Amino acid sequence: MALYRKTIHELHQLLKSKQVSSEEITKSVFERIDQVEDKVKAFVTQTREIALAKAKEVDDKIARGEEIGPLAGIPVVIKDNMCTRGILTTCSSKMLHNFVPPYDATVVKKLADAGAVMIGKSNLDEFAMGSSTENSRFFPTRNPWDLERVPGGSSGGSAAAVAADETVYSLGSDTGGSIRQPASFCGVVGLKPTYGLVSRYGLVAFASSLDQIGPFSKDVTDAAIIMNTIAGHDPCDSTSVNYNVPDYTKSLVNDVRGIKIGIPKEYFVEGIQPDVRELIEDAIKKFESLGAVCEEMSLPHTEYALPVYYILAPAEASSNLARYDGVGYGYRDESADDIVSMYMKTRSEGFGAEVKRRIMLGTYALSSGYYDAYYLKALKVRTLIKQDFDRAFEKYDVILTPTSPSTAFKFGEKSDNPMEMYLSDICTIAVNLAGIPGISIPCGLSQGLPVGLQLIGKPLGEETLFRVAYTYEQNTDHHKAKPSL
Amino acid sequence: MLTKAQVEHVALLARLELTEEEKEMYASQLNDILNHVEALNKLDTTDIPPTAHVLPLRNVMREDKVCEHLPNEEALANAPAREDGYFKVPKIV
Repeated sequence: MALYRKTIHELHQLLKSKQVSSEEITKSVFERIDQVEDKVKAFVTQTREIALAKAKEVDDKIARGEEIGPLAGIPVVIKDNMCTRGILTTCSSKMLHNFVPPYDATVVKKLADAGAVMIGKSNLDEFAMGSSTENSRFFPTRNPWDLERVPGGSSGGSAAAVAADETVYSLGSDTGGSIRQPASFCGVVGLKPTYGLVSRYGLVAFASSLDQIGPFSKDVTDAAIIMNTIAGHDPCDSTSVNYNVPDYTKSLVNDVRGIKIGIPKEYFVEGIQPDVRELIEDAIKKFESLGAVCEEMSLPHTEYALPVYYILAPAEASSNLARYDGVGYGYRDESADDIVSMYMKTRSEGFGAEVKRRIMLGTYALSSGYYDAYYLKALKVRTLIKQDFDRAFEKYDVILTPTSPSTAFKFGEKSDNPMEMYLSDICTIAVNLAGIPGISIPCGLSQGLPVGLQLIGKPLGEETLFRVAYTYEQNTDHHKAKPSL
Repeated sequence: MLTKAQVEHVALLARLELTEEEKEMYASQLNDILNHVEALNKLDTTDIPPTAHVLPLRNVMREDKVCEHLPNEEALANAPAREDGYFKVPKIV
């Protein structure tokens, strides 16, 4: 099997036993990129020379007989909204098309310290706002399973790169489902960790109380390995949780006997594709056959998650994106001769339609006279949504839902109707509002397109999520399916 | 119902310059979204505390001492315009 097809844990064994070098792995991945990138368009930037130099560093270390960690010498792609020192970080926006950060995001630094080989930065919906990667100001990324369809969003580039074997793993960010939904559409594993478990220092902020960095991988084992490196307290991030991170690979136990799984009825209502429902029901039966106890239950405020999100996320975004004024960095319109026109022209040209829509919505929701009716109301309903989960986790170990109500949709199908586009994240958004972890794993194909199963856990309940997801994976073959490119 | 005048006011607050076409489009799209948000009014939230953040946040303090900072050259490296070690902007007054 070609090296680019392999997982982190397989490649680590090959490196340790000196059967392959990191340089060979890295070159294999670049050969794959050369074969398929014209079709997929997952990358905004490729860092070939830097990657090969890093690979050589790791190979030298191995040659000296030094121990290497599980990520050393393995190619990774970083979503282009995480700062990389000396390397363009664009957020797929005209606003930051020329921005070269003077520092690394904490996750990037942690990966570099672990010997990871960064091969490039991946495409996204501009400033991570979107559900299809059609909102990138540069070009859309295509779904490797069907090039006429979207890869999901906003981390579509990161998900597509893993699905197309253009990288071994990648990082994405998830504000309302932006890791799990593209993982589902592209047939890979995607984890949104508990809020605060992975440092957001150096992640370009969209909605600060919701954003969370997490991994895309080819299997659950790899996701656990990545989390072992990127999770943990960071004094540079005031929202970072001070928590002793366990060794997540110890949670990879093939056993769900006695695990209680809640199936919220609100996630199985109208709008869900029949094939998706069927595959999720098959997964529930599989868990029951493996000894888990599955039970229908209720998360009564689920219907309010989307309206809450579409007040809170734009409100936070309108504040976070106020920093793009054309002064310190990024795009500036040069035609204005006074400062206010410069701000207005810079922002109007620098931001795309979806970003402007959210800034407008957020500014309106926070403006005088509307704050209580929209923003404060949404914060109160967020409490009710969180309380639903708190109550559910008194009884259940995990909650199981579809990741998305549908498989990947076609380009342009929803781009003219924002409300319809927003609905594609309906199964993932409540998890961000509650700050809890969620993982999407492949659970089958519907008419040749991947379907994702979402498992939701208690705060800091990643160990249980890994155990349940791993058991499912060990007893099915869905994660082995590959697109033909 | 969000009017075109309100859209213009919000755009000014957000420092966005919109074309006539954009004003029409955003008025219509924002109204659709706000109509959807109206669903929240079905809930009585009088006694519900707001959740701005899922974590109990505390200020992160450090000792008040001079530490290494970004060199001037690096801080200005991304500036669209600069002069004599400063960010340069159009005249303000």
